[in-house]
Amino acid sequence: MSRVTTTPSGKTSTASPRATRGGQGKPLLSIRDFKVEYRTGAGATVQAVRGVDLDLFPGESLALVGESGCGKTTFGLGLLRLLPRLGHASGKVTFNRSDGTEIDVLGLDGKDLRQFRWRDAAMVFQGAMNAFNPVLKIRAHMHDTMRAHTKAGKQEIEDRASELLRLVRLEPSRVLDCYPHELSGGMRQRVLIAMSLLLEPEVLILDEPTTALDILTQRSVVDVLHEVRERLGFSMIFISHDLSLAAELADRVATMYAGRIIETGGVRDMFYRPRHPYTLGLIKAVPPIVGDLPDMESIPGGPPSLAALPKGCTFSPRCKFATEECKEEDPALIPITDEPGDAHEAACIHWKQVHLEREVPSDLGNAS
Amino acid sequence: MSALEKSPETPESTESTARTPLMTLGGVSQVFSTKAGPIRAVDDVDLSVNPGEVLCLVGESGSGKTTAARMAAGLARPTSGEVAYDGQDIWSMNRQDFGAFRRSVQYVHQDPYASLNPTRTIQQTLIAPLLKHGVVKTKKAAAERAAELLTKVDLTPPENYLPKFPHQLSGGQRQRVAVARALTLDPKLIIADESTSMLDVSIRISVLAMLGRLRDDLGVGFLFITHDLAIAKYFGWNGKTAVMYLGRIVEFGPTPKIINAPTHPYTRALIDAIPEPDPDLTKTKGRESLRSLEIPSLANLPSGCSFHPRCPLFEDGLCDATVPALTTIRSGQSAACHVVARDGVPEAGPDDLGA
Repeated sequence: MSRVTTTPSGKTSTASPRATRGGQGKPLLSIRDFKVEYRTGAGATVQAVRGVDLDLFPGESLALVGESGCGKTTFGLGLLRLLPRLGHASGKVTFNRSDGTEIDVLGLDGKDLRQFRWRDAAMVFQGAMNAFNPVLKIRAHMHDTMRAHTKAGKQEIEDRASELLRLVRLEPSRVLDCYPHELSGGMRQRVLIAMSLLLEPEVLILDEPTTALDILTQRSVVDVLHEVRERLGFSMIFISHDLSLAAELADRVATMYAGRIIETGGVRDMFYRPRHPYTLGLIKAVPPIVGDLPDMESIPGGPPSLAALPKGCTFSPRCKFATEECKEEDPALIPITDEPGDAHEAACIHWKQVHLEREVPSDLGNAS
Repeated sequence: MSALEKSPETPESTESTARTPLMTLGGVSQVFSTKAGPIRAVDDVDLSVNPGEVLCLVGESGSGKTTAARMAAGLARPTSGEVAYDGQDIWSMNRQDFGAFRRSVQYVHQDPYASLNPTRTIQQTLIAPLLKHGVVKTKKAAAERAAELLTKVDLTPPENYLPKFPHQLSGGQRQRVAVARALTLDPKLIIADESTSMLDVSIRISVLAMLGRLRDDLGVGFLFITHDLAIAKYFGWNGKTAVMYLGRIVEFGPTPKIINAPTHPYTRALIDAIPEPDPDLTKTKGRESLRSLEIPSLANLPSGCSFHPRCPLFEDGLCDATVPALTTIRSGQSAACHVVARDGVPEAGPDDLGA
């Protein structure tokens, strides 16, 4: 697997031709000024996602990290048009299908929307139990999905389902005849991943795929994701509050705070040279497991209520770098210019002062 | 299974031999009878916590951590074995002593959304035990004491929090209230059962730091239960860690040793499996591959060492024959593994083995 991660399109070394197919150099998914509003009462709305610009390149794995309540899940649901009735998404989401057609995701409806979902982009939900129908066997889930989207025959579905289950290291003959409650948490999550891949989507959105799983189970799910992505070469956006998981699975990381992306960059830039105080804080709050006891630091306070955002930079009340200037205007993403690579941006006017004091392993430090 | 009792005699922990352990679990088992047959949730576990010491209990779900903690708290009666507080068996105590034990050992639950009474204000929650146990005489004194407690858990100014209901507080604040409530009766031991696992990463560290301060300032001992070894490492660095698997302790020792030089194949697999918050490190970390991903059912445990169907060191005829006892592998560190006990630690860090 390629470790070169700073250039988004550098992820072409994956073996499968799929990885380079989508988009023809263009981003697979191009998101501009994406907003989601929830109606909360008579005439009142809350903006849960407040203008996100993001590109997902073919074969890329993008991690969306942040505390709970910062709009990560809403963002994922909004992309697939799965928001509850009181939610409304606006902005521009363009999906560049591999055959060259351009799809305006937010304008889709009816049959086209059904086509887009699962076939172009699929989602793996948080809480694997709730994503299944408890009275249907796994086999029925697979058949339902395939029949709803394709004209595949019975045997074809069976073969495809078995193939994918084997890919996620499950024994098809055992799993297919089980009801969801008969499987363990890790098995359910892997079945869900297999199911989401039934129609070979080009984008997979995973919402907290390993939360609530045990360590060894989490490891097996992570390994399966690595392996499956290597084989099938889809792109993925995965939503997680676990920074370690982002370090493990992502090529690129975007930090979300109060409904906006406040820093984005290659995974090594983000973890070794974070330039937004919030990303820095998150990294410092996660204790590594090997080595001696490091200095841990927490971020004071909690995320702001989306209904009453602070003036200016939304992070300023919790930020130790904050000055008067920060309270005036919510800063836009500023390209970080004093380091190699061009994909690193942070929404902080004091980014030059933000440094993570940590040794970068020198032998790997100049790999990118 | 006497290795744990032996371990305080090792040179590393001489200072603890002078004191009676605050809490001892001596060969305790808890067997639940179910339709599927008896379930040995905890099987012959020995543990002890010294005053002011941290003992971390780590393991995956279903390993018996919480059952062990419930027995330590006197919330469940062990099927066999002895739970002793201050050297006295809690189940043969008289009413008065048992009451004193209950006051000295407090429990902080996992879910702060479920453990606080939603119809009571924080003040009501905190003063109820104070008045009930006669710690203070008047309501006014109780309110003052409640305010003091909130300050101890960093909820300042306390006036802002006392009149509030739990639903008006965030998860981190609620968990602090739960800790303040545990402190009302000046406990000697706090049993924290996954107390930080529901909290956001950024808040988790500050709650842990607060608990650490209580440990240092008030000398409270902790039985700290977590599935997250990184949290155990952070909180229990100066204490000890016991790793549980399917109801038994498989490895026990000082926390830094367990984390950086684990000996039991299960502990090694656990530590290898944890992703690191560092992209280069996490990709270069060695991976111990298990022979099976399936966790055996407690109702139908494998013969011999219950880890043998998954263990990379499995030896036919040895591991599936008898249950391994906890034996001292290095000074202060013991593991329940036939192969490690015989051959020593396989390819551990060179500085650990020496020769």
